[in-house]
Amino acid sequence: MSVLQVSGLSKSFGGVHAVRNVSFAVVAGELLAMIGPNGAGKSTCFNLINGQLTPDAGRVLLEGRSITGLPPRAIWRLGVGRTFQVTATFASMTVRENVQVALLSHARRLPSPFAQAPRLQVAQADALLAQAGMLDQADRPAAVLAYGDLKRLELAIALANRPRLLLMDEPTAGMACGERAALMRLTASLARASAIAVLFTEHDMDTVFTHADRVIVLAGGERIAEGAPAKVRADPRVREAYLGTEALDA
Amino acid sequence: MRSLLLLALLTASSAFAQPIRIGELNSYKVFPAFLEPYKKGMELAVEEINAAGGVLGRRLELVTRDDGGTPGDAVRVAEELITREKAHLLMGTFASHVGLAVANLANQRKVLFVASEPLTDKIVWENGNRYTFRLRPSTYMQTAMLIPEAAKLKKKRWAIVYPNYEYGQSATASFKRLLKQAQPEVEFVAEQAPPLGKIDAGAVVQALADARPEAIFSSLFAADLQRFVREGNTRGLFKGRAVFNLLAGEPEYLDTLKDETPEGWWVTGYPWSEIRTPAHQKFLAAYQARWKDYPRQGSVVGYAAVHSVANAIRRAGSTDTEKMVEALKGLEMPTPFGPIVWRALDHQSTMGAYVGQLARKGGRGVMVNWRFADGANFLPPFEEIRALRKD
Amino acid sequence: MSATSILLQFLNGLAGASALFLVAAGLSLIFGVTRIVNFAHGSLVMLGMYLAVALSEVVGFWWALPCAALAVAGLGALIESVLLRRLYRAPELLQLLATFALVLIIRDYALWQWGPEDLLGPRAPGMAGAVTIIGQPFPAYDLFLIAVGPAVLGALWLLLTRTRWGTLVRAATQDREMASALGVNQRLQFTSVFALGALLAGLGGALQLPREPATLKVDLAVVSDAFVVVVVGGLGSLPGAFVAALLIAEVKAFCIALGYSKLTLVVEFLIMALVLVLRPWGLMGRMPAPARGPAALEPPLAAPSPRVLAGLCTLLAALALVPLATTGFTLVLLTDMLVFALFAVSLHFISGPAGLHSFGHAAYFGLGAYGAGILALRIGAPMELSLATAPLLAGGGALLFGWFCVRLSGIYLAMLTLAFAQIAWSVAFQWDAVTGGSNGLIGIWPAPWLASKAAYFWLVLALACAAIALLWRALHSPFGYALRAARDSPLRADAIGIDARALQWAAFTVAGLFAGIAGALHAFSKGSISPESMAVARSVDGLVMVLLGGIQTLTGPLWGAALFTWLQDALARGFDYWRAAIGCVILALVLALPGGLGSLGGLLKRQGRA
Repeated sequence: MSVLQVSGLSKSFGGVHAVRNVSFAVVAGELLAMIGPNGAGKSTCFNLINGQLTPDAGRVLLEGRSITGLPPRAIWRLGVGRTFQVTATFASMTVRENVQVALLSHARRLPSPFAQAPRLQVAQADALLAQAGMLDQADRPAAVLAYGDLKRLELAIALANRPRLLLMDEPTAGMACGERAALMRLTASLARASAIAVLFTEHDMDTVFTHADRVIVLAGGERIAEGAPAKVRADPRVREAYLGTEALDA
Repeated sequence: MRSLLLLALLTASSAFAQPIRIGELNSYKVFPAFLEPYKKGMELAVEEINAAGGVLGRRLELVTRDDGGTPGDAVRVAEELITREKAHLLMGTFASHVGLAVANLANQRKVLFVASEPLTDKIVWENGNRYTFRLRPSTYMQTAMLIPEAAKLKKKRWAIVYPNYEYGQSATASFKRLLKQAQPEVEFVAEQAPPLGKIDAGAVVQALADARPEAIFSSLFAADLQRFVREGNTRGLFKGRAVFNLLAGEPEYLDTLKDETPEGWWVTGYPWSEIRTPAHQKFLAAYQARWKDYPRQGSVVGYAAVHSVANAIRRAGSTDTEKMVEALKGLEMPTPFGPIVWRALDHQSTMGAYVGQLARKGGRGVMVNWRFADGANFLPPFEEIRALRKD
Repeated sequence: MSATSILLQFLNGLAGASALFLVAAGLSLIFGVTRIVNFAHGSLVMLGMYLAVALSEVVGFWWALPCAALAVAGLGALIESVLLRRLYRAPELLQLLATFALVLIIRDYALWQWGPEDLLGPRAPGMAGAVTIIGQPFPAYDLFLIAVGPAVLGALWLLLTRTRWGTLVRAATQDREMASALGVNQRLQFTSVFALGALLAGLGGALQLPREPATLKVDLAVVSDAFVVVVVGGLGSLPGAFVAALLIAEVKAFCIALGYSKLTLVVEFLIMALVLVLRPWGLMGRMPAPARGPAALEPPLAAPSPRVLAGLCTLLAALALVPLATTGFTLVLLTDMLVFALFAVSLHFISGPAGLHSFGHAAYFGLGAYGAGILALRIGAPMELSLATAPLLAGGGALLFGWFCVRLSGIYLAMLTLAFAQIAWSVAFQWDAVTGGSNGLIGIWPAPWLASKAAYFWLVLALACAAIALLWRALHSPFGYALRAARDSPLRADAIGIDARALQWAAFTVAGLFAGIAGALHAFSKGSISPESMAVARSVDGLVMVLLGGIQTLTGPLWGAALFTWLQDALARGFDYWRAAIGCVILALVLALPGGLGSLGGLLKRQGRA
């Protein structure tokens, strides 16, 4: 069964169709890349799935259960982790504290006003940080991290609730080539090992075609192609959508 | 200035024993118009007393503090005066709520408090206590002083305007009650209670005019009064209407009205240039010689307050609090306004005030047709007060 | 009411609105471009009034108005280029603190220059009298004022839409980073905008010449009115400010006309609360563009190190021994310091880690104090019970008000807290039967076993320290983590299951509860409680304490509260210009130690290492 099933998703802003009748599915352990030129509706799609926006029409099913219209925090509780295009972390907290908050939230211990937070969930946080390659920076404030490190921190945070589905908005932006590959390999191995479905957007076509199991292409808010990377790459409609950009050949 | 003065006193009178310290606190920054002259009056009295050999052979010393105009700060300052400055008694305060808070502290700490200025009736009645005495005629007394003239006019429709806090509220309540007693058919057709210091004079004057009163009773003072008078003059509110205004004859407030002084208003106040009694002449001469300025109402209050304290200590023969309290009860003494008695019943002095009408003379306001109203004649019967006081 | 009186009262409202609009427009422009909440705006208005009165004797009435306005504009430019320019990179609340220091300094300057008495200016030559409108006299000058408001609005509109300077100002108002990326000369722009804002303030003050006396109390009164207008109208919207000024002035005029003059104390705050609840960005305001990048580069709020803890414990022990050495005034002062330390720490709890800047925290201090007074005096509850129960009233108040407040953020939230505090204050001020009205409640003393200064000091020491420890502990609990998380990134917090609003609501309530403890302790230490204890000035005092100490540090508010209380006592005693002295101390601290007193330790450590 697919972990994420999106059907007929539509959203418009003041007459502009940002997303129109988009349907697709992701299964456990699979990396699905969502690509498209700027303004194709990728981020809107993400925001519709994780609850930041409410769709005008269509349904989002998580493991068969409708999560359409639920707020982000409820969707997170159901097992959806997310990283943002522009990273969103807690700047005044250390890297470890960032992950601890997510772990504590998952453990539903946040309301506790007396427990000593610095001592809670330390081992679990360090394990997640180690996984993301961030353990050596655990005590640094998030505010001073390099952009690529922030992306890794976001991944660690996103994994804190043992997600069934991981939404990654441009996970490797700002990283060097080698780092990108490492992060995507890590993501893939996590997905396979824990049967996580991964939906990600990416500008770097090399990353997409190397690491994605399948690719879905949006243009003008609509799905114009979907399938294995090689097939999508050869699709003339996709080439047309990207006309004038060198992205596909990168 | 003050330290210089103290220094001069120190060197001049080093033969004295330990000085007697009056811990004085007041809202000098909040109500400067009244309290600057008040301070001068106090200092004049202290100099006079010390020049004549002090009290009980000891020099009198003033320790003044700004109380910030809030009860919380005032209580802290009072504690500081009692404990750090070792003041033998407390004196001062201006606003009702500050006076009441310090009076209450005095009772708690068992320290004598001579409330020189606060006008609230409560400080000697509902909230009166063993250790608190008040010098000035209260809101009730000053309102009562205006009643005979107000009742004489036989005006039926009255409008009232007052600053929205204790003083204005109780002046209004007393006025309505007393006038109703004197003239049962009276009708109060409008009541305006603008916030203290923030009167929206145009709208208030318009609203009062709309009620078409025959007479107006106001307890506005300072900046509110100025604005009220200017708008009222411009909009013709006072034309053909009798107006009564508490305190408006006090030079502190009257002088700021200059050529806009509304003629014919009935007020309480202090016609300093016209009073010819020997007691006042002597005070006036001394004050003008010392300060090169004419006295205001505050000057008289400060002056009389210090003399009251000195007389109480003389009578007590000691600075022991309980003895001073007993000595103040029933103390009779002269003031620039004539002799007063500190009533044993409610610790209120019988100091009076001048009642008269406003007029313009050479571009400034003066009081005319005035008479002195002795405070002793404008107090409610003993039984009424006894019922109010809890001690 | 006759039709004529309705018309005249309407005109009264219009005249009042003009002056209000000028002042608010200046404030709005300055905030829009520089993002500085200029607390000193009312002081500029006050200077305009004093200068106009003084100049009218030299150059005559009509020349005095523009001269005063230009002088204030010059001062504005000076303030911006000498002081504020150094602070644009500092946390925004620090700028607030600096402008507050200016309030203190300018007020004492006016005191020194013009004396403490109110100065009412002359009437306007040529407009001294009244014109007859439907048989009723109406001041001619007021008609002039009525025309000034729309004229200034029109002139500003032309300036902002028809000049390059205006276009750049509008760009900066909408998106400061973008404007600076476009290569706008920010220095010149900020200085000129501040000068224009000051010009409007000065003119707004000067125009009042024949209507309102120049007094030292004008500054805070005017600035709070102006804030209300700006927020009701919508930040950065000049037409909004105009509409809001009109609305507020008319409502006030008709409150008076209909015989509800007592309402004028609070009606503008009622309007503001209503507007903010229904339209969170004001009548004509737009949702602010979200700040980009990390909002604040704050260092992590570290738990106190063992050395700091040991130091605090030593301090606590030393304090506990003080009554053995003296039972004098030192104890009174220390009691005050502890009470205000608790107040400041509770304010820091929400404004620092929770990111909810409150301008009205005194409301909960006051509710606690009044709660104690009402229980002790009106119900006759024993002191111990009153002290224990009173903070619940404060907590209840915070629970109610907080529900509305946490729906907003930034300056809007701050203004809503202010509105609620003013509403609470006016209830305390007017509800004679319960709160004692303007006199407050008198005779709230501790039980006999706590009546001695030493015993009460120990009680305060124990309770304040326990409360502070609890609040600090909470900041390092999962709850505290979540608060900081929600402040740093609402987006991320939401994406990891944090219900930020509920947490902030809880934090607001907790802070109110603890401020209530401070208030109740204060009431029993002074024996009385009056409306001032919940007035704006007390809220501002709290902010100053927190900021003096350093909002980014844990122990900062303690030092801030202690220093402020001590300064106030020490300076007020012997020095007429103690306010200005405090202002100078604050400015010196702001410029030398932007992190507050609490950052001193870290600074010394770094220097020691270097």
